[in-house]
Amino acid sequence: MKLSVNGTIHEVDVDPNMPLLWVLRDELNIHGPKFGCGIAMCGACTVHLDGNPIRSCSFPVSAVKGEITTIEGVGTPDAMSIVQQAWVDHQVAQCGYCQSGQIMSATALLEKNPSPTDDEIDAAMSGNLCRCGTYPRIRSAIKSASASLQAPAIKATEINLNSTQDDTTKAPVAEEA
Amino acid sequence: MGKLGTITRRTFLISAVAITGGVVFGYWKYKQPHGNPLLKDIDEGAGALTPYVLIDQNGISIVAPRAEMGQGIHTTLAAMVAEELDVTLEQVNVLHGPASKAYFNAVFMEDGLPFASLDESGLAEGARSFTEIPAKLIGMQLTGGSTSTYDHYDKMRTAGAAARESLLQAAANKTGIDVGSLSTSNGKVITPEGKELTYNELASAAAEIEPSAEPALKPRSEWKLLGKSQDRVDIIPKSTGTAEFGVDIDLPNMLYATVKVNPNLLNPMNSFDASKAESMRGVKKIIEIENGIAVVATNSWYAFQAIKAIECDWVPANYPVSTDGLRQLVVDSFEGWSNSKNRNDGDVDDALENGEVISGEYEVPFLAHATMEPMNATAWLHDGQLDIWAGNQIPTQVVIDAKKITGLSEENINVKTPLMGGGFGRRAEIDFVKQAVQIAKEMEGVPVKMTWTREEDTTHDYYRPLAMARFEAVMGETAPTAIDLKLAASGVFGAQFGRWGYPLAGPDNSIVQAAWDQPYGVENYRVTGYKAETIFPVMFWRSVGASQNAFFHESMIDELAHAKGLDPLQMRLDMMTDEPSKKVLEKVRDMSNWNQSLPEGHARGVGFCLSFGVPTAQVIEIAEQSGKIKIVNAYIVADVGIALDPRNIEAQLTGGMLFGLTAAIMGEITITDGKVDQTNFHNYNSIRMNQSPNFEVAILENGSKIKGVGEPGTPPAAPALSNAIFALTGKRIRKLPLNKEVDFA
Repeated sequence: MKLSVNGTIHEVDVDPNMPLLWVLRDELNIHGPKFGCGIAMCGACTVHLDGNPIRSCSFPVSAVKGEITTIEGVGTPDAMSIVQQAWVDHQVAQCGYCQSGQIMSATALLEKNPSPTDDEIDAAMSGNLCRCGTYPRIRSAIKSASASLQAPAIKATEINLNSTQDDTTKAPVAEEA
Repeated sequence: MGKLGTITRRTFLISAVAITGGVVFGYWKYKQPHGNPLLKDIDEGAGALTPYVLIDQNGISIVAPRAEMGQGIHTTLAAMVAEELDVTLEQVNVLHGPASKAYFNAVFMEDGLPFASLDESGLAEGARSFTEIPAKLIGMQLTGGSTSTYDHYDKMRTAGAAARESLLQAAANKTGIDVGSLSTSNGKVITPEGKELTYNELASAAAEIEPSAEPALKPRSEWKLLGKSQDRVDIIPKSTGTAEFGVDIDLPNMLYATVKVNPNLLNPMNSFDASKAESMRGVKKIIEIENGIAVVATNSWYAFQAIKAIECDWVPANYPVSTDGLRQLVVDSFEGWSNSKNRNDGDVDDALENGEVISGEYEVPFLAHATMEPMNATAWLHDGQLDIWAGNQIPTQVVIDAKKITGLSEENINVKTPLMGGGFGRRAEIDFVKQAVQIAKEMEGVPVKMTWTREEDTTHDYYRPLAMARFEAVMGETAPTAIDLKLAASGVFGAQFGRWGYPLAGPDNSIVQAAWDQPYGVENYRVTGYKAETIFPVMFWRSVGASQNAFFHESMIDELAHAKGLDPLQMRLDMMTDEPSKKVLEKVRDMSNWNQSLPEGHARGVGFCLSFGVPTAQVIEIAEQSGKIKIVNAYIVADVGIALDPRNIEAQLTGGMLFGLTAAIMGEITITDGKVDQTNFHNYNSIRMNQSPNFEVAILENGSKIKGVGEPGTPPAAPALSNAIFALTGKRIRKLPLNKEVDFA
């Protein structure tokens, strides 16, 4: 079967019941999404299916109809997304194992709702477990990323959340006063 | 940005060609040192002095030989070297390095001594320094006990300073300029005329120079990195999905495995029937391992599916098969001999006989570590070599056990320690690494990555023991006049050291840790430990004995204050005998506005614990919301002696407190028919974003010694919350988890 991940189409030959996570990790060597629980309880495996966050550990690969984005497709060390940069600015990660999933959930939240309230942040992020207890900084980082999106000189809809690298090609449009 | 890497054979071979072997610098002059492990794979003739600084054509590498499981230790240890070497963290590559006795933990035995951490008498200090000798002989490269920072504070600064002196001398020899006229800046030696010589170009010559064993260290006033918050060296990889954890190891033609071992813990398997599994898709091999089986497949998920289809006949448990039965062992231990009586001030029996006795009994359950990254290890037996990649807290023990399993000699066993998705003590037990080695032995020539399911992880932990406390006390007008505290639990120090092959003689201080040595003055004060029979697997769990004893001790103190209508925080202050501890409590009182009243439906609780040498006080403010308890605000003050990286310390304190709150609110492992009942995060859950309070943290530096903070944030959390619940509801909860008694929002 064919699978489109981060803009690349892959041909995979696996059991159709295999969860997407294990296709990504063990067949395609895409290791950003992590295995935590296998039952959609911890969020470490979160990826986007057409922009919506899904728990790839419990999502059969045969049910994937659309474009998959993993943390690797959101930004890279040399060209981090706004959300990733906020994660660095706030020094969120401790062990870091859950953070791919946290960033994917936060990115999906901010794409739909660039200025979430505390309750909306809680609702969107409560599926992502962190045993190190980085929640206070995750909250701060989401608010910073949100503020970057709300910066007065920039129209939020013009910002490519998926990579700051593209800023040169998609110049932010000044908002009319 | 800082870079992360791992030392590989290839790295050294490349460097050997480029600059005569690479150069390994630093300080290693402790009597007859263990060999320098960095020399193993580089050319002879390299100037090998110590195992912390390596300069090759790729730049400068610093070996930070402790498990990075989230606590930020790679950054802090690298900063110690970088500070003295005069380089920036952006300039260096930080490595965990190989397994080696040279990286032994010199201080981990101190916590086993019957001296309180605040005791700086000649006897206590002498005993502490004496523990370094057996520690060195054992040569245990162990991450734990919040020891990494203070164990390395002198060693690694000295390594950086000695390397810098050798580089300066090399520059002096080369230029003919007096060494006193040369200076350094950001990885270069600078002449009075402003000419710059890079460390890299000086490295080979510097290696020929015998380094000073006691180079001058910078005074704190000249620090550029230490004392200031640093960006973690792993922060960009961990924010972009590019950090490599054990579970991410990828090798050519690698296969994937999982295991299933007897859920009647540590007991053998009678037999198994794999007839269904053998023909399942992707299955390559089914292997019998110690106490169970492994399936090797072309994908982890195929292995997970196949192992479910294997039927095993397990040997029944050799321990009481229910929580109640295991609990009874703890109850019974109170009737046996005491295991320790480290504190016995005044005449407790007399005071209890002649006073009005207040008494109570407390209890906490077994707990699992539940690291986010399930246990996993990769092993590859090929060409007479065994390569192991495993996130673990004790790589020297991995070598010892791999040698036993394979019969290989130590020099043919290469242990790589990648980043860890949490540890909390769990990865100091290396049962999972031994399994991967057993698989590798049956799969010679093929690298195999073995990953546990979450179910295997939750049900095959080595648990924080179920523990109990009984107290009797007499109150005076402003403080207790007598306290008799009896503590009972399995002995985790003895259990874990025994598994490593070092049976523990004498008392097991984990049972009374952070209870007997608290800086409270009470005229008649006795703390007695009782060791329950230790046959169910238990071990270190973030903050070890302090994880239960702070709840016991600080709930008791709170009860005693309320019995006399005293302010519980003020009573603690009145009892404090240690100045830094007192300042910690005063600070948390002021930060939390303790003396100001709260709105209706809100209440505060306080908890204090001196653990791992760090006095830590926490105040929690809770609110009632529709009959449920919501944690609104949390305040933490800790004294670490010297704060090397304040932002990282804050992260450890808040994270440690949340870890403690999870345990307090909902943590519980139970046993039925010999097996652990909880299996995954649906029935062994954690605090999530919506339950995480606002935090305010202050770090003080009044203590006389530098201390580590991986653990001290955890112990006061449970009593602070439980004491707040009492303040709000009048309900004194003496048994964890709290959600058995109250609902949480």
